[in-house]
Amino acid sequence: MNAPVRLKTSAMIASIAAEGQRTISAPFGHALAKAAESRPRIVGMTADLGKYTDLHIFQAAHPDRFYQMGMAEQLLMMSAAGMAREGFQPWVTTYAVFAARRAYDFLCLAIAEEDLDVKVVCALPGLTTGYGPSHQATEDLAIFRGMPNLTIIDPCDAIEIEQATTALADHRGPVYMRLLRGKVPAVLDEYDYKFELGKAKLLRDGNDVLIVSSGLMTMRALETADALRADKVDVAVLHVPTIKPLDEATILVAAGAKPGRLVVVAENHSVIGGLGEAVAGAMMRGGVHAPFRQVGLPDAFLDAGALPTLHDRYGISTKAMTDNIKAWLAA
Amino acid sequence: MTGLPHEGRIAERKLNVSASAAVNMPVRQLAEHAYHIRKHALRMGAVQGQGYIGQALGVADVLAVSYFRALRYRPEEPQWEGRDRFLLSIGHYAIALYAALIEAGIVPFEERETYGSDDSRLPMSGMASYTPGMEISGGSLGQGLGIAVGMALGLKRKGSDRFVYNLLSDGELGEGSTWEAAMSAPHWKLDNLIAIVDFNNQQADGPSMDVLGHPDLVAKFEAFGWHAQRVDGNDIEALVAAFDAARELREPRPRIIICDTLMGRGVPFLESREKTHFIRVDEDEWDKAIADVDAGWVARGGAVNSAI
Repeated sequence: MNAPVRLKTSAMIASIAAEGQRTISAPFGHALAKAAESRPRIVGMTADLGKYTDLHIFQAAHPDRFYQMGMAEQLLMMSAAGMAREGFQPWVTTYAVFAARRAYDFLCLAIAEEDLDVKVVCALPGLTTGYGPSHQATEDLAIFRGMPNLTIIDPCDAIEIEQATTALADHRGPVYMRLLRGKVPAVLDEYDYKFELGKAKLLRDGNDVLIVSSGLMTMRALETADALRADKVDVAVLHVPTIKPLDEATILVAAGAKPGRLVVVAENHSVIGGLGEAVAGAMMRGGVHAPFRQVGLPDAFLDAGALPTLHDRYGISTKAMTDNIKAWLAA
Repeated sequence: MTGLPHEGRIAERKLNVSASAAVNMPVRQLAEHAYHIRKHALRMGAVQGQGYIGQALGVADVLAVSYFRALRYRPEEPQWEGRDRFLLSIGHYAIALYAALIEAGIVPFEERETYGSDDSRLPMSGMASYTPGMEISGGSLGQGLGIAVGMALGLKRKGSDRFVYNLLSDGELGEGSTWEAAMSAPHWKLDNLIAIVDFNNQQADGPSMDVLGHPDLVAKFEAFGWHAQRVDGNDIEALVAAFDAARELREPRPRIIICDTLMGRGVPFLESREKTHFIRVDEDEWDKAIADVDAGWVARGGAVNSAI
């Protein structure tokens, strides 16, 4: 008798690309290096995670504009604030857990309260590593949404990371962007889509379900929409890459467009304090009443293991989302 | 209100820096500025009936030497690119820095009476967005030195030869983030960074050395790669020598001056009062404290300045 197959956890930053999926390598690093060519204010700073946030691409292109600050995230935020005070635009990278948990006070008071032009770009958002709670930033959006002045971006794929990086380089003010790094899937170029700061965009329309999603969950939402077509379920997908300030107007129009249509908010984040609750609050305030469900991570410290296993276990894989939506529609 | 030609004064200092005889006049002038700073602080404390007046009186000499010996700035242009940056990480020392900024002519004298009041530019805790000359928002202790590292890196990037000063407190040395910055500054050879520690051995819950002891500070910072000095922070001549040495040092490393100060300095009944982080001053004591500061200045041969 054969033993059951057990998937391996693999590297710290497991690829989220499905087998055979088209990918682009290090989209953030390349986009930032290019943006810096014509924007001398840009500098790159990291806390011993340049290679793991694709900032090493920028470092190779602009070695004199790269600052290795050491494994010291508090210092990373403070020194970025100082750089910004002297007129530069620091792009600061680390893991999302360290920015959100360890360096919060420094990002909050040294950068956000001063409305300084610092871009904080963080790998391993939500559940994108199998290494357990020390590295899984399942509550980063909940932590950061309460921070005044801070713009929050959760891009979907390599295409959007490139576009958002360029857009943010021309935007003044503090930003937190969730980062997918390494070989990142490219999806949105198949749609008529362009990133605009603060804008939610309908990627496809459909009569039965509206999925409101951000980050990599928009890829999954599009796959779910394809999968549900076989069951004659017609799914719309509204992509919301800017978590804050939230494009409530577009969300309310979409959520209220078809009476009775199920609204599902899908996010790579805890169901507490992220996009789901933000959308729910906007709908309540806006007087839009629709059946409402959340696809997101449970309020728990999550297991270690292989990402596909964990995404299935916690309901954010395409299959889990598809099954759940079918069950909700049947209820 | 002083009308000092700050740039010219600096030029003069550089010419005379090694001539010890030339130091005597500046010391007396600096002592007068320190006397004024103490009076400004007490007047502000009287407005509120409270405040971190013990710290302000203790650090007044350090601020006088900073603003009238060391720093380059233009009072009418607080954001002048050519200024030396002075970062106050200890936000609760705002009353002390406001007094220095008023004395330096950066904050108008007339605003002194608004201290800590609604809509004032002089809030109880120092914040950059409120006050001209306040470079950062301190208050969450442990942030100043790291910001100073970033500004010093930024100044070097711009090819500027200006200095970044950071005034921190002994209690603030308990914050781990301060030590991240302490490691970083020598790593980057930040010879344009001068840290100043007001060591009054008093923090919120008691004497700093009891709360979280940090002995051998000079040896600690030297081990980290800093040029470190420890001086009597109420001895203006010693402060002048230390600040001059810190600026003139031709070594590629950051500098720190640990200043031992006395809480309440210049007001004997506050100097001897049981030391607390937040010294209690009764309503009728403010005038007495100002009289003491005046008397101290007269004892040094000065004349009372009743205009302030």
